[in-house]
Amino acid sequence: MSLLEVKNLQVSYGGIQAVRGIDFHINKGELVTLIGANGAGKTTTLKTLVGMVKKSGGTIHFDGKETDNIASFNFVRNGLVMVPEGRGIFGKLTVEENLQMGGYHRNDKDGIQRDIERGYELFPRLKERQKQLAGTLSGGEQQMVAMARAIISQPKLLLLDEPSMGLAPLIVEKIFEIIQMVAKEGVTMLLVEQNAKLALEVSQRGYVMESGRITMSGPAQDLLADERVRNAYLGE
Amino acid sequence: MDIFLQQILNGLVLGSIYALIALGYTMVYGIMGLINFAHGEVVMFGAMVTITVISLLTSAGVALPGPVLVLIGLLVAIPACMLLGFVIERVAYRPLRNAPKLAPLITAIGLSIVLQQAAILIWGRNYIPFPPILDHETIDVFGATITQLQVGIVVLCISLMVGLLVVVEKTKLGRAMRATSQNPAVAGLMGVNVNTIISATFVIGSALGAIAGVMVATNYDQAHYYMGFMIGLKAFTAAVLGGIGNLGGAVAGGILLGIIESLGAGYIGDLTGGFLGSHYQDIFAFMVLIAVLIFRPSGLLGEKMADRA
Repeated sequence: MSLLEVKNLQVSYGGIQAVRGIDFHINKGELVTLIGANGAGKTTTLKTLVGMVKKSGGTIHFDGKETDNIASFNFVRNGLVMVPEGRGIFGKLTVEENLQMGGYHRNDKDGIQRDIERGYELFPRLKERQKQLAGTLSGGEQQMVAMARAIISQPKLLLLDEPSMGLAPLIVEKIFEIIQMVAKEGVTMLLVEQNAKLALEVSQRGYVMESGRITMSGPAQDLLADERVRNAYLGE
Repeated sequence: MDIFLQQILNGLVLGSIYALIALGYTMVYGIMGLINFAHGEVVMFGAMVTITVISLLTSAGVALPGPVLVLIGLLVAIPACMLLGFVIERVAYRPLRNAPKLAPLITAIGLSIVLQQAAILIWGRNYIPFPPILDHETIDVFGATITQLQVGIVVLCISLMVGLLVVVEKTKLGRAMRATSQNPAVAGLMGVNVNTIISATFVIGSALGAIAGVMVATNYDQAHYYMGFMIGLKAFTAAVLGGIGNLGGAVAGGILLGIIESLGAGYIGDLTGGFLGSHYQDIFAFMVLIAVLIFRPSGLLGEKMADRA
């Protein structure tokens, strides 16, 4: 049984139907990517998965349970964690405090501290900047904060929304190394990206979204080789 | 008697009370971008409830030392005002959370009037004297005087402000408050119940307001249904002066405003050749407000209002 099972999901806001009945699933331990053009409905899909946006139809089963009745601030307690577009770090909190926010829903102080230390091991750069305000960090470092914070939240499923957005190519590569590192830790991930090539290269499976619908899906390698994908998203 | 030093001392007392109230404004503004103009009325309720409790106790023949009576009054007034603050947010502001900014602002002003009218219904329109249970023994400071009560007010204000700063900077609740003020949506993703945090902010601010109300009442020996209006406006000015949304700014702005006002009141007669008397002291607060809004709208310690992605 899949960790996440989405059936006929529909989302509209302001009279516009952003997601028009999509089906997809994610198995435990997988890294799955959702690619598509700007405005295809990718971010809306992610926001719906963590309760930031209400769906208008369809079902979402996570870990065997429907997520309809979970209060929006309780999704993290069920293991659904999202790194939002633009990283969503707290600029006026220190790096350390940002990481502590990742453990906000947890009550095991020692465990949180252990995980924060583990985050510093993963990203030694952050250890150096522990007491610095997160807003003063570079974009790449902020993405590290966001990733470390998300791991401290102990996700069963980690949703990443455009982690490469606004970053220089060199930093983007670094971010994707981080994503692969986190995947090796055994974290299941759904990656939403406009940088389709990189995203498909690191993922096992992919879905292509167009105007609110999923138009293609399959193993990432197959999508990478598919002519339509190559033409539309890989710029070839 | 040294007028300058005397006015500085008076200003310090007044200013620390302003600061305590300003914290209530600035906390709420920091977390939800709302000027809670009804905060002054919470301060007034704090004073009124305390006086009522003390009057009931003394007329029932309870013979306790003055400070103990005040403490009992406070122990009733603080939870009462916390409840009032909670209800205000719940009933008046929460339904407007996503409304255009003007709606909650007008609601705040309306709420302020409603609470004043409620106070008239409960306590009447007259000035209510603070029961004569406190000594006003004075201490001599280089030719100026300050009462023991005033020293107590300043010390308590400073302790409360330090306490609040510790809560906001060092505790999990404080961290969640700061996170919520920066990005409520992401704070929610981290598991923060934003509604709880906002309620907590109102409740804490109201508790400080209740204490400030009692300080005002003891300092002037009276309370009145309308007292919250002017003191609220002054505290709001103090918050703007310090940089609204900034806790340290509220403290600095409050004390500075108190001192400016006192010095102004002390010297206005000399400055205008006796044309204006010290009862014109209120103009100084608003001159400060206008000057800040013209020359430094972000306040002394405030940052530029820029949104960061």
